[in-house]
Amino acid sequence: MLVPTSYFVILSAVLFTIGATGVLFRKNAIILFMSVELMLNAANLALVAFSREFGTLDGQIFVFFVMTVAAAEVAIGLALIVTIFRNRASIDVDDIHSLKG
Amino acid sequence: MVQLIVFLILAAVCVGSAIGMLTSKNAVYAALFLVLNFVVIAVFYLMLGAPFIAMVQITVYAGAIMVLFMFVIMLVGAEMFQEAGGLNSWQRPVALLMGFGLMVVTVLMIATSASPAPPRDLGVSAMEFGSPAQIGEVLYTNYIFPFELISFLLLAAMVGAVILTKTERKKRRVLRSLRNKN
Repeated sequence: MLVPTSYFVILSAVLFTIGATGVLFRKNAIILFMSVELMLNAANLALVAFSREFGTLDGQIFVFFVMTVAAAEVAIGLALIVTIFRNRASIDVDDIHSLKG
Repeated sequence: MVQLIVFLILAAVCVGSAIGMLTSKNAVYAALFLVLNFVVIAVFYLMLGAPFIAMVQITVYAGAIMVLFMFVIMLVGAEMFQEAGGLNSWQRPVALLMGFGLMVVTVLMIATSASPAPPRDLGVSAMEFGSPAQIGEVLYTNYIFPFELISFLLLAAMVGAVILTKTERKKRRVLRSLRNKN
């Protein structure tokens, strides 16, 4: 018996909310980034589940593109974190408030 | 039935590793929990008939991206990072409450609206569904333009990462040489 698609979608929703909570909860910029990756993965899981539900490959192609964009985003984001660390010697997101009014 | 049991066990591991990532003090442990999470999701992709995506997940996510994360954690020394409570300590309970509320709302919405029926059997073509050959065929016929755009995006990201992490010293030297020329 195949696992129903709704189970996968519920798991994806749970993972997404854990990632969103991580973004709100942590102050370490690197762990914030990891939480964003977790949210992207949750969305990917839902896309692949729906791809099987409807019997088309378009969902899997979308996941392929999302992974590519995530790789680009991680490269840029981590470069930004390294630059911020070099200038301020801290990666606490609460320390980065120079633009605060 | 076997698939359902495997799914439930792996779902527990998946959610557990995600919560472990969220709560671990040491950033290296958080990265390792995330690797476990990605591998489990790759197994889900295999169960969903997406072997190509599962392999890409292992090589790109659990391999390349997490190595990059580990690299930056070691470079920055984030494993020693202590999160101070400080003035904004009220944020934590509020964040937990909002996250839990979002989870309850989304899960309830999906559970009440989606039909729990198992998906229809794909039949003879089930073995070929999601194979690299089929993915390639769709990718290079229907999605050729986005595919080319993605290559430009990756090039821009590569150049951007190099520019961002270039040291200041060299930039100053370039500025000085420009000034001398004027």
